[in-house]
Amino acid sequence: MTREQISQAIKDIINEILPEGDCSSIDPEGKLRDQLELDSMDFLDIVMEIRKRYGVEIPEADYPKLATLNSCIDYLEPKLASK
Amino acid sequence: MKEKIVITGIGLTAPNGDSLSEFRNNLINKRVLFQFIELRYIGKVIAGVCHYNPLKYQNKKELRAGTRAGSISIYCAREALNDAKIDISSVSRDRIGVYVGITEHGNVETENEIANIKEFNYDVRFWNHYHNPRTVANNPAGEVTVNLGITGPHYCIGGACAAGNLGIIQGVQQLMLGEVDYAIAGGVSESIHTFGIFASFKSQNALATNEDPNKASRPFDINRNGIVVSEGGALYLLERLGSAKKRGAKIYAEIAGWATNSDGTSYVLPNPDRQAECMAKAILNAGITPDNIDILNTHATATKAGDIQECQAIRKVFQKNFPYINNTKGFIGHAMGAAGALELAGNIPSFEDGIIHPCHNIETLDPKCELTNLLQKEKLYKNPEEIKYILNNSFGMLGINSTLIIKRFED
Repeated sequence: MTREQISQAIKDIINEILPEGDCSSIDPEGKLRDQLELDSMDFLDIVMEIRKRYGVEIPEADYPKLATLNSCIDYLEPKLASK
Repeated sequence: MKEKIVITGIGLTAPNGDSLSEFRNNLINKRVLFQFIELRYIGKVIAGVCHYNPLKYQNKKELRAGTRAGSISIYCAREALNDAKIDISSVSRDRIGVYVGITEHGNVETENEIANIKEFNYDVRFWNHYHNPRTVANNPAGEVTVNLGITGPHYCIGGACAAGNLGIIQGVQQLMLGEVDYAIAGGVSESIHTFGIFASFKSQNALATNEDPNKASRPFDINRNGIVVSEGGALYLLERLGSAKKRGAKIYAEIAGWATNSDGTSYVLPNPDRQAECMAKAILNAGITPDNIDILNTHATATKAGDIQECQAIRKVFQKNFPYINNTKGFIGHAMGAAGALELAGNIPSFEDGIIHPCHNIETLDPKCELTNLLQKEKLYKNPEEIKYILNNSFGMLGINSTLIIKRFED
């Protein structure tokens, strides 16, 4: 997957988890939690959806690497390169 | 002298109505709304489905995280508070208690999760992290407190199909103890979303079938063939009389008496002697005699054993002077944990309009269900002033019986 595709995939997941949220104007360098009122349970939902859709397992120790949209893409890019 | 507890708000959803007025009109005018639904493993079954708008009081995120029973509870609680004209922001939220009767809880969510991980070769890494908050036994009541920011006590009362009455009784008792100033109390059910409930009734030869879903639930009819499972809820706003009068609240009725007991005899089969004792104890608790009861709503699930034995119990209690007798499940099916609370609601307006709704779907009365003053087909018009006491039966598996008596409020 390309960086653009990964970005869209993450936005799709967030839109499903936060139907009232708005990903269209999200700052890719800003913290997702601050911009979207994501709580820790929502975050677990995102991790679960990535696991379900792409078979990527994200260990708890790596959660801080998913703080922003860009950091999510950086983290997932090598794992999804062959997808 | 015990302080009077009164009903000042009613919120409900049933397959044929999402408010007391709609529900009542449909009982009076014999409008029912059953349908076929598809469930995993068991396939097509007849059910009573509610049509309230879940987004009225919850956002999509809340609905995704919560349960159907929680959503029904939130809808009913909010409607009851609105009906009682209580502004949640102007009362002490730690003085509100939420007491919700449930037949069961967690079957739906567990079945869904097992179906979910089946898609992933039963890998439990895909088990949802919301499973525990969804399945804890306090879930429906707890969702109400989260939605409304209530900080008083909340819990559910597991009481099989007697649970609706038990929720109300619990609320009354907590008010009498002074634990809370307002009780949101009654019962709910999400049971149509679990195949297990249907499959178990089917294995028991107690699941209704009919080509016309609207004719499937037929308590006391000779050709009944079992239960139609429904979802639904009814929660009441209860408060002490002094509080209601101070607020100038509309008072629907006064809680007059109640009783709950156990058969102590069978996992499933009812016991008419204990049911009769339950009714007699409730009447004694209300400080009246059987002659004083004006309307009696039978539990009447449309199983042969259940209907006939309840009729035996009623004959034992009333002997000569029978109240007007109806049942509600012909209209709404068996709403399980909501049944007692919903069915009570259907009769409460009789205090105002004097109309007593009939049964539904009795084409040929089972002779063993013959009762004096049974309103088989037609509603009855009475002078509202003559209707003073309504008795509501609700019984369940493991021999749990509950009877609740309400009284016309007279200042």
